[in-house]
Amino acid sequence: MAAELHVELVAADRSVWSGEATLVVARTTSGDIGVMPGHQPLLGVLESGPVTIRTSEGSTVVAAVHGGFISFADNKLSMLAEIAELADEIDVQRAERALESAKSAEDGAAERRAEVRLRTVSVR
Amino acid sequence: MGAQLRVYKRRIRAVTATKKITKAMEMIAASRIVKAQRKVAASMPYATELTRAVTAVATGSNTKHALTTEAEAPTRAAILLITSDRGLAGGYSSNAIKQAERLTERLRGEGKEVDAYVVGRKGVAYYGFRERKIADSWTGFTDSPAYADAKRVAAPLIEAIQTETAEGGVDELHIVYTEFVSMMTQNAVDNRMLPLSLEAVEEESGTKGEILPLFDFEPSAEDVLDALLPRYVESRIYNALLQSAASEHAARRRAMKSATDNAGDLIKSLSRLANAARQAEITQEISEIVGGASAMADATAGSDK
Repeated sequence: MAAELHVELVAADRSVWSGEATLVVARTTSGDIGVMPGHQPLLGVLESGPVTIRTSEGSTVVAAVHGGFISFADNKLSMLAEIAELADEIDVQRAERALESAKSAEDGAAERRAEVRLRTVSVR
Repeated sequence: MGAQLRVYKRRIRAVTATKKITKAMEMIAASRIVKAQRKVAASMPYATELTRAVTAVATGSNTKHALTTEAEAPTRAAILLITSDRGLAGGYSSNAIKQAERLTERLRGEGKEVDAYVVGRKGVAYYGFRERKIADSWTGFTDSPAYADAKRVAAPLIEAIQTETAEGGVDELHIVYTEFVSMMTQNAVDNRMLPLSLEAVEEESGTKGEILPLFDFEPSAEDVLDALLPRYVESRIYNALLQSAASEHAARRRAMKSATDNAGDLIKSLSRLANAARQAEITQEISEIVGGASAMADATAGSDK
């Protein structure tokens, strides 16, 4: 069995996902980063975007995070985000509607949030 | 029915109606405490992880940051006071306000100017009535604060602390809120949030003495700290708002419980008085009848002769 790392994905008001994984791919401000078990201690700033977690059972969990941090030490990886949601929780129609209204209202932040959600769903 | 008895009956009816209302408020507050406590618990993982990260950066690098270094001669401090929007919660708001007043006194004594930032209508009313200056205020969410509310509160505070003191910025940031200890105990406390003291952070996260690994910072320690500290402040404010909400509901439940109990006592003593009044009325009627009858008997006995 491959080595595992423990992952905690937490949002400001709840714990979104936690479990064992073999690979986590996230986007930091300086580029995409992949973390496997035994990675050196790391603390980075996350960009808004999809995060891919390959669980030890072989399935893939995709989540949308909107800003936040990734920290890895002692084979424990935690991702903190103000807003984080799993791809399954994202309502595509609602995100599309939000994207439309954000575009017409020229609300940059809301537009980016909606785009991240849609991109996350398409990764899955 | 006698006039006095009627007055008692009316008062009993009024108190019974009040009791029903306070009982309902007590039960609503009780159900909301549980919800508020659950929210506090749900926000804990984020707060702990964030505190760990802050400790890691602050101890693992020699970075100096505006939010961690103490000014040599602090001249201005900001106080964030968290009160409730609604009353009928016993001493909840006034305890927090009193704590803020004490802190203000102390800071003034140390030669610092104090800017007040107030959350909750009760605090705003207190400052407004005394015509004190409020730097900023927020109302309408103390019942169940969301993270977005904490962000809104934090934004001007972070901006103020990052501004130079000469240009109207502040050197220190204190927060006054009501700590939720248990259903029965809530304490108004004040904390210095910024500049960050590492000992306090370590104590809080329980990582004191723990050796932290040497982190690789992505993109750099400064950038990470820059991004981390505002989030840390937001998360602390969020936690304070949630604890205050739980305390507010607990204080309201207790106040309403004693109001209900007092109404019960009042109803009891009023019914005793009403019973006594009714009994006195009956006794009086009987003695009137008896007196009337014996007078009649005396009169007839006299006419027989």
